[in-house]
Amino acid sequence: MLVTFLVGAIALGVVLLYGCLGETLMEKAGHLNLGIPGIMCMGTAGGCFGALLYMKGLAQETDAKWLPLLLVSILFSILFSAATGAIYAFLTVTLRCNQNITGLAVTTFGAGLSQFIMDTYVPRALRDSYFGVASKLFAKGIVNDPDANGVLKVFFSHGFFVYFAILLAILFAIVLKRTRVGLHLRAVGESPATADAAGVNVTAYKYVSILVGSAVAGFGGLFYTMDYLKGSWENASTIEAFGWLAIALVIFTLWKPGISIFGSILFGALSIAAFVLNGTSAQKELLKLLPYVITVVVLVFTSIRNKRENQAPGALGLSYFREDR
Amino acid sequence: MTNEVLIEFQNITKTFGSITANAGVNMDIRKGEILSVLGENGCGKTTLMNMLAGIYYPDGGKILIGGKEVLIHSPKDAFRYKIGMIHQHFKLIDVFSAAENVVLGVKDGSKYNLKNVKKRIGEMCDRYGFHINPDKKIYEMSVSEKQTVEIIKVLYRGADILILDEPTAVLTPQEIRKLFDVLRAMRADGKSIIIITHKLNEVMEISDRVAVLRKGKHIATVNTTETNEQELTEMMVGKKVTLNIDRSLVENPQDRLLVMDLNCTDLEGVKVLDHVSFTARSGEILGIAGIAGSGQRELLEAIAGLQKLDSGEIIFNRPKKNLPVSFYHKTLNEVKFLAKEGRFHYEDGTPVDLSGKSNSEIKKLVNDGKILFNEDEVMSLRDKTPLQIRELGVRLSFVPEDRLGMGLVGNMDLVDNMMLRSYRKGNSALLNRKKPESLADTIVKDLEVVTPDLHTPVRKLSGGNVQKVLVGREISLAPKVLMAAYPVRGLDINSSYLIYNLLNKQKKEGVAVIFVGEDLDVLLGLCDRILVINSGRVAGILDARTVTKEEVGFLMTKTDGGEGNANG
Repeated sequence: MLVTFLVGAIALGVVLLYGCLGETLMEKAGHLNLGIPGIMCMGTAGGCFGALLYMKGLAQETDAKWLPLLLVSILFSILFSAATGAIYAFLTVTLRCNQNITGLAVTTFGAGLSQFIMDTYVPRALRDSYFGVASKLFAKGIVNDPDANGVLKVFFSHGFFVYFAILLAILFAIVLKRTRVGLHLRAVGESPATADAAGVNVTAYKYVSILVGSAVAGFGGLFYTMDYLKGSWENASTIEAFGWLAIALVIFTLWKPGISIFGSILFGALSIAAFVLNGTSAQKELLKLLPYVITVVVLVFTSIRNKRENQAPGALGLSYFREDR
Repeated sequence: MTNEVLIEFQNITKTFGSITANAGVNMDIRKGEILSVLGENGCGKTTLMNMLAGIYYPDGGKILIGGKEVLIHSPKDAFRYKIGMIHQHFKLIDVFSAAENVVLGVKDGSKYNLKNVKKRIGEMCDRYGFHINPDKKIYEMSVSEKQTVEIIKVLYRGADILILDEPTAVLTPQEIRKLFDVLRAMRADGKSIIIITHKLNEVMEISDRVAVLRKGKHIATVNTTETNEQELTEMMVGKKVTLNIDRSLVENPQDRLLVMDLNCTDLEGVKVLDHVSFTARSGEILGIAGIAGSGQRELLEAIAGLQKLDSGEIIFNRPKKNLPVSFYHKTLNEVKFLAKEGRFHYEDGTPVDLSGKSNSEIKKLVNDGKILFNEDEVMSLRDKTPLQIRELGVRLSFVPEDRLGMGLVGNMDLVDNMMLRSYRKGNSALLNRKKPESLADTIVKDLEVVTPDLHTPVRKLSGGNVQKVLVGREISLAPKVLMAAYPVRGLDINSSYLIYNLLNKQKKEGVAVIFVGEDLDVLLGLCDRILVINSGRVAGILDARTVTKEEVGFLMTKTDGGEGNANG
């Protein structure tokens, strides 16, 4: 029971972690992207589309190999989510549109378009047979013994994407804190005018962080559908809700990728508790609220403590135009 | 100091729209010298240096470095020529440490390693006598520390020519001394330093040569040892220019606004108003002259009810009789000030003279209710909000410096902006837009506002037209006191004269006008009296008809003795 709960918490946490890492990267560049849920939907659609293309080329489904399947899926996932992110980037960086409104539009757009692509280009009949096989490969862990128990099961039975997420989080933490690129990125998010005057290419940093962030967030959707949901696209639209939760997680983790590893697992546990615990449906719904309540509490708490390092980036949500003086 | 010329300006010209910031400037900067660039506000000294630092690009003329013509398009280009500028408003990232700010944007090919950066900062500190903790976050720093970080930032990039824009404006006397020691150490190291300033005593103390600018033109560059403050002031303000502004005699002046002993500190704990007292009279234009940031804004905002005061009193006068002064809970200083102004009488009608009386005697007289006001109604505006002031029936109009920030709402049209002052008048649930519309129409016609129609957002109008809309609205309230801060800033000649005429018209109608200006010729030509404010203190109240520009200029720029004088 506890083992199943922890395995589920980590898995669901990783979905949130991808969204959170992507959003953190963008927010560090000063862009509040409310399009994350839409981008995660597009990442899902892209990954599934890629998997379909690969499976279609095979003589029979069981010929599918782990590495090429993942590579093709990841490639298409990146393509789809980065393309959606590019729309957001173009609107907010180049045209300096309002970030909140653009983000909401991107979410609506991404959720709708991903549904349309799947319904139109990925026939339902193929989905069941292909994705069933593909999801087994996605979920292939270091330990695959279904009877494994304890630590082994909790930490080593996950698919590639779980470990990749944690590696990414560590990588992000190091890049942000210890490299010149990270310093420049944080400067862009804190005060683009200062960064600009110091010779940092503000536009380039914003674009790259939005595109990379979108791609990373998209992995969350891909992992959710292929691994967590075992390839059932029908439930994939629930990813949107996790997208919003991922944005809350960014605030909860104080814009720190290191903390987000643990924050995401906590949020994952809280989300999954509603399914595991016994109780009336009303109680379960209330339980699902908990992550948001905690986020608000954290937000209030950090505002009261008013430690500057723990606040949102200084220029978050603001468009930068050099000639505004 | 060597005589080797490092940088040469040849016929540099820069215009912003219809305003000429620099016209045909020819001057040079030598290696290993400290050069002061001296001039009044708006004389183009910062603009000129911004062209060297790559912020602006000249419209005409050439910049020569080491005899070769160079094009400086950006701060990056400037760094290539080893020029670095420390602006008045620091460009630092608050949540970064000093070291992170210093290394930001530096691409010298070396590996990113904060330890090395800190080591290099330490070396610079030892060399020039700075003190800075490279791990300290900017938001924890004092203004002086932030300035040090800015200087290190420039030096770290290998600058040999440092431009400092008003470096002492925000520093305490002790910090100024420290800064000057650092500057001297850098000069000894062969660096050229340019200080933009308007403080004469500092010019005399620190610089080898002084370049004086006036109204965008280079007047002269002189060796500091061969000049004196008197001569520099004369060069700075120039000969009096007679402007064609009508100035009628003051008729039947009555004391309208009494400002007594105002004290005020800003958020950083710096005193911005220091025992400020004066009287504004009806039918008179009182000019306020001073270097930018000497407390003009705080003073006007205090009167308008927008600035919190530490102490002091603001009295609006409307005739009312024989009330004892004790009724108003005045402090001793205020009582003394009022008595000196001849504002009291005893019960038998004789005027009150407190000179020679001890404080306790005065207190007794006040407490016994012996001292009565001459005036008939006085009301305190202290600690009142603008709305409360209006509810008292005090018609006070304020044309703030920041027109689109404080005066008008840029995204709203003319009619809506008119309503900002009048929407409380109506009683119905819906707004009556007819009256403000006709007011806007009147203002557009009377003041010749150029606008497509009444429903254009005001931010789309030109600066002069925005100002006309604002002044027009404030005047339409039929004020008793009209305060205008830099009302002609950025306006062309015609619009400026239109504003002067409007102010004169108000004066004739018996309004007490307070005019904060920066052009001394205008202040001398338009106002009846001039109050000179210097570092938050009243340096003098002068008769504008007889005073000379030099006198005003001197009062504006002088620093008094004691701690404040870096000459020590």
